[in-house]
Amino acid sequence: MKSRVAYFGVFTALALIFSYVETLIPVNLGIPGVKLGLANLIIVVALYKMRLSEAYLLSVVRILLAGFIFGNYFSIIYSLAGGLLSLTVMALLKKWGGFSLQGISIAGGVFHNIGQLIVAAVVVETFSVTYYFPVLLVAGLLTGLVIGIVAEMMLKRLVNIQF
Amino acid sequence: MKEKMHLKKKDWVLIAIIIVVAGLAFFLHNLLGAKGANCVVVKVDGKIEGTYSLGEDQEISINGGTNTLVIKNNRAKMKEADCPDQLCVNQKAISKNNESIICLPNKVVVEVESSENSEFDAVSN
Repeated sequence: MKSRVAYFGVFTALALIFSYVETLIPVNLGIPGVKLGLANLIIVVALYKMRLSEAYLLSVVRILLAGFIFGNYFSIIYSLAGGLLSLTVMALLKKWGGFSLQGISIAGGVFHNIGQLIVAAVVVETFSVTYYFPVLLVAGLLTGLVIGIVAEMMLKRLVNIQF
Repeated sequence: MKEKMHLKKKDWVLIAIIIVVAGLAFFLHNLLGAKGANCVVVKVDGKIEGTYSLGEDQEISINGGTNTLVIKNNRAKMKEADCPDQLCVNQKAISKNNESIICLPNKVVVEVESSENSEFDAVSN
């Protein structure tokens, strides 16, 4: 039980490092807003290895820290909307059952983008951002699949660790 | 060592739904966007700052100079912006109905509309 706090710290550090690594990858496909979402890898792993409340706390702490260090006021709002919606959907699907890790991660990636799109539509007070919708759906699908595959490899090697 | 993917039935259903929804949204956008796009509306913080014809080549200074929009060959493109991320400048030129360039830090929205449509849009907003 004592090690819970230590593990939480390690996970937070990992998520933060992944956020940093992501800022180093110059992704400019002419599609702004599309990222791999490396930090979500840690959130997916946390979803399977920690209590749900801890996964939420990890997600919020990660976003706030990364936002203050690498981002700005806007990026924190966006990340929070995306991160919390994504985690909620993943938790619900996991509870519902019948989905593989990849499936859950795909839903997470897609709803991460949907959450950010909703905030974008509210902030700029226009619905025309919805023309971006199909791009973000497919992008979320692909990144979610990649994250799901990597998360499964990670979980296989973390089998002996249970928090 | 072989890492095999084992997607379950529900996963495939989920993937299919996402692709169908994306396809529908794309199809609808293209269908509605094809006709009559002939002007761009510039909004700052949700308020319309001006409407410009796509037909004539021009350079427009938006929001007291924070952003510069260029219209050339029936296409609008953000040429300059003073925001740190420059996402709007990197975005491709727009020419179809409801396509938009958005600069979030400056709350600038540039949207393509057809002049016949604009009344309808004002109501539906």
